Amino acid sequence: MDIPTSFINLDAITLLYLFGVGFVGGLVSGFIGSGGAFVLTPGMMSLGVPGLMAVASNMCHKFPKALVGAMKRFKYGQVDVKLGVILGISAEAGVLYGAGIQEKIKATYGDAGSNLYVSVAFVVILATVGGFVLYDAWKTYKSGNANAEEKAGKLAKWVQSINIPGTMVYFKALNAKVSILFTIPLGFATGMMAATIAVGGFVGVPSMIYVLGAPSLMASATELVIAFVMGLGGSLKYAMHGMVDIRLAMIILAGSLFGIQLGAIGTTYVKPFMIKVVMGLIMVIVLFSRGLMVPVYLSQLGLIEKLEAGSVSLLKNSSFAIMIFALLLGAFIVLQAMWKGKQAEKLQHAAGVLEHGEV
Amino acid sequence: MAQSTRKKKPVGLMIGMGIVSIALYVTLLLKQDVINNTFAQGGWYALLPIITAFVFSYFHGQFTGHFWTVLGVEAARKKKEIK
Repeated sequence: MDIPTSFINLDAITLLYLFGVGFVGGLVSGFIGSGGAFVLTPGMMSLGVPGLMAVASNMCHKFPKALVGAMKRFKYGQVDVKLGVILGISAEAGVLYGAGIQEKIKATYGDAGSNLYVSVAFVVILATVGGFVLYDAWKTYKSGNANAEEKAGKLAKWVQSINIPGTMVYFKALNAKVSILFTIPLGFATGMMAATIAVGGFVGVPSMIYVLGAPSLMASATELVIAFVMGLGGSLKYAMHGMVDIRLAMIILAGSLFGIQLGAIGTTYVKPFMIKVVMGLIMVIVLFSRGLMVPVYLSQLGLIEKLEAGSVSLLKNSSFAIMIFALLLGAFIVLQAMWKGKQAEKLQHAAGVLEHGEV
Repeated sequence: MAQSTRKKKPVGLMIGMGIVSIALYVTLLLKQDVINNTFAQGGWYALLPIITAFVFSYFHGQFTGHFWTVLGVEAARKKKEIK
């Protein structure tokens, strides 16, 4: 039997590319709890995989990766399983709703419509949330309080102060009770984003930090539990429609499991605000990458004048180059922060040996 | 003295899990046409990619975890003291 036309051919370069992108995506996910997907989805699309299949295949690599990452970070005491499962269940509803919208768009407007929807959602979410996260990280850096323990912001304090009897649940990550009437919409939005652009974490992590008041490390680690819960359900839903290309999912998983282990280890060496720095920077850079592709899809749909082949090629190549840059920059920051932390630990250990004669 | 208190590196486990992981990937790529066409049928066949993902993540996850440990890349010992 021939492989259906919707399944791309895999050559050695494509395999290496998927493995490499998976590794760096995994590295970033292990560190900030999410984020691999925003490079992986367009990465697959740049290989000719239709948008919906890219989202589905990415989701099918995400849940096993998130499981491995969550278990690793649980060992470091960074995961609030209860918060993750509660948010994950409402995220599941968001995934199903978001997937339904995707299917309708694909049925009505075809692959170009689906690609355009994914790209526009990318740009809007990355611009608003990414810009805010980056601004907050910059404020922390400038304030000189980068080493200080993170405190819940005004919004989170207000959310924690609201007592709705019968709905209050204690969460370890928040060290407070919060009504699940607040967590349900947050989880739902996270799931919708996951089904649309495959990166629910860019809503999930900031909402845990800024709306619920979780520390960055706990939020990014707990996001892995959410990613597992909704990724599992979402994958099943897409797989029931035959949308998962298991080869792509497993090859990306091959690289991403190397990466996620490394990224998770990295979180034990860095200051918490580095989570926000990496997340914000990557989001803002990738938004330019996806933004460049919007005119291409508009042109394919006939909504604007048809672009010349040279212009399409230029936009696609530029988009690709910016995406690779964001990917490498994120990986570089994580590895550099980890290296510095490791060196600091060595110095501290050496000082302890000199001072107390301990080995 | 310090040497004797160090944990033994899981080289054997890494190699064992690595072999299983490579075998899984070789099978996937050699049989990709049959696998993709079967998995893409939807309905109850949806369970196949899910089970595959769990199996791959178990063996490859164990392998990659041991891989970094063998290379000496491990979590910070006293995280709270790192500034």
